[in-house]
Amino acid sequence: MNLDRRRSLQPSDRLARALGWLGIGLGLYQLLAPRSVTRSLGVEGAEAIVRTCGARGLATGMGALSVNPKQALWARSVGDVMDLAALLALLADRDHPKRGSVKLALAGVGACAAASLYCAQAQTRRHAYQGGRTPDYRGRSGFPRGLEHARGAAATRSGLPSRPMALPSPAHSPGPRFQTTPSRQRDTSGYTKGSDYDY
Amino acid sequence: MKALCWHGKNDIRYETVPDPRIEDARDAIVNVSSCAICGSDLHLFHHFIPAMESGDVVGHEFMGEVMEVGAETRDLKVGDRVVVPFTITCGECEQCRRGNFSLCERSNRNKALADKVFGHAGAGLFGYSHLTGGYAGGQAEYVRVPFADQTHVKVPDGLTDEQVLFLGDIFPTGWQAAVQCDIEPSDTVAIWGAGPVGQFCVRSAVLLGAEQVVVIDNVPERLAMAEAGGAIAINFDEESVLARLQELTRGKGPEKCIDAVGLESHVPRSLDSVYDRFKQAMMLESDRAHVLREMIYVCRPGGILSIPGVYGGLIDKVPMGPLMNKALTVRTGQTHVKRWTDELLGLIEEGQIDPSFVVTHSAGLEQGPDMYNTFRDKQDGCVKVVLKP
Repeated sequence: MNLDRRRSLQPSDRLARALGWLGIGLGLYQLLAPRSVTRSLGVEGAEAIVRTCGARGLATGMGALSVNPKQALWARSVGDVMDLAALLALLADRDHPKRGSVKLALAGVGACAAASLYCAQAQTRRHAYQGGRTPDYRGRSGFPRGLEHARGAAATRSGLPSRPMALPSPAHSPGPRFQTTPSRQRDTSGYTKGSDYDY
Repeated sequence: MKALCWHGKNDIRYETVPDPRIEDARDAIVNVSSCAICGSDLHLFHHFIPAMESGDVVGHEFMGEVMEVGAETRDLKVGDRVVVPFTITCGECEQCRRGNFSLCERSNRNKALADKVFGHAGAGLFGYSHLTGGYAGGQAEYVRVPFADQTHVKVPDGLTDEQVLFLGDIFPTGWQAAVQCDIEPSDTVAIWGAGPVGQFCVRSAVLLGAEQVVVIDNVPERLAMAEAGGAIAINFDEESVLARLQELTRGKGPEKCIDAVGLESHVPRSLDSVYDRFKQAMMLESDRAHVLREMIYVCRPGGILSIPGVYGGLIDKVPMGPLMNKALTVRTGQTHVKRWTDELLGLIEEGQIDPSFVVTHSAGLEQGPDMYNTFRDKQDGCVKVVLKP
């Protein structure tokens, strides 16, 4: 199959998906193994905070995979900025035992924050709900003879084969039908309470 | 040939695919002159409909010229100009003979699969998942039409494509929704959703003589279009739907309610919408039911709920208590297109209605993927997109 590259999914959509899955993966890791995170960053005892960050990442990650991810991406960007602030605070402590790990985390979170911000902006432009020119449709009645002429016009129109047959019911169906079987239609001699005749 | 193919969530591509060919004596090949993006195509686009496969050709609203026929297509001839109903009908099974064309017992070639999911299968549909037969859709240059001797509506040359194209789906869908309401001259008909089907529900209810037609949405230009067609508009972003409907019906509620929204209903700042979105994200329900809940709540006791909006699977928190205690009647189903097309074509020919009013965007098929996004996000006042292969 020769692919033509005209497609609805744009690079920012694919980036949103990647960020979504990344957020879900990291969120689960933080939720399930918070001690590993706190140990590597030298902040033992802060497991509850790590779990909260994990839940946040999970939520924004799922949102980034939704039909309209822009709100989740903005939320994720705010979260990333908060994470950056926390990591910078750790880095400010020159005696911090895991400065190397913190620097590494800072680089990773910084890259994710930049990607999130870029993607949130792109998705906001892309999903500009009701954006663009707002036309005036007040002249589009759809009734060439005017609205007043149309009111009830079909209700009084003759020769309507379809109208009364709105329901999928044999009693109101058009066209030739299968005959109901004599035993079901007429013969009720075998009737007992609780049979098919009791509706 | 070129066609629009589904490749996953939000991923529609304009691609080259093999040309269709006659596979059965009752087949025909239609050279598509116009096709449309339907609101229910967005459910595929968002991947809420199961059993789609990568590469499936989408689209179920199309028309064109017959370019090839099988040996048993009766009066359908090469060169005929036809609109193709989205429900494929054999015309011979018990359901077809009763006029229940969307329940055709023979046209769904994946009946066993659909039986497992739905209990009993409905008709085969064009371009709408393998649950409904896995037939290639109409957003393409050519389409194979099975049971073509039955699955077509011949249209006269004097009418434009835009005037007759919607006979294949949204016009009869809106019409059936209104007919199912058994509209009486004193009725208030409330319609949720001012999208393309909602617009035709409005026009149908007006033509059928409802005293009041009310439409509920939050897109200003769509509400304006519905008002032009004779509806009273309620913008749910600006006012309470419940309070306004009470006011319009002297506190009694509308007798007839139509859900022209379906499985993706959502209202910002509504608790149940947040609940539905969460459950949907957690895969604990497949469809969102805000409109259904609201309809059941506001409908007048003894009233009718008509549901043309597409639902695909499971919903949660449906208020069965009010539904039962208010003795509401629920009528729904895919559209029995062929049951209504003679009458609707007659209305168009008489000049009672011109369905082209709903077309806001027209583009080449190659722009289809972009048009899906435009339609989904309601950009540039998009209400209905017609594509020209």
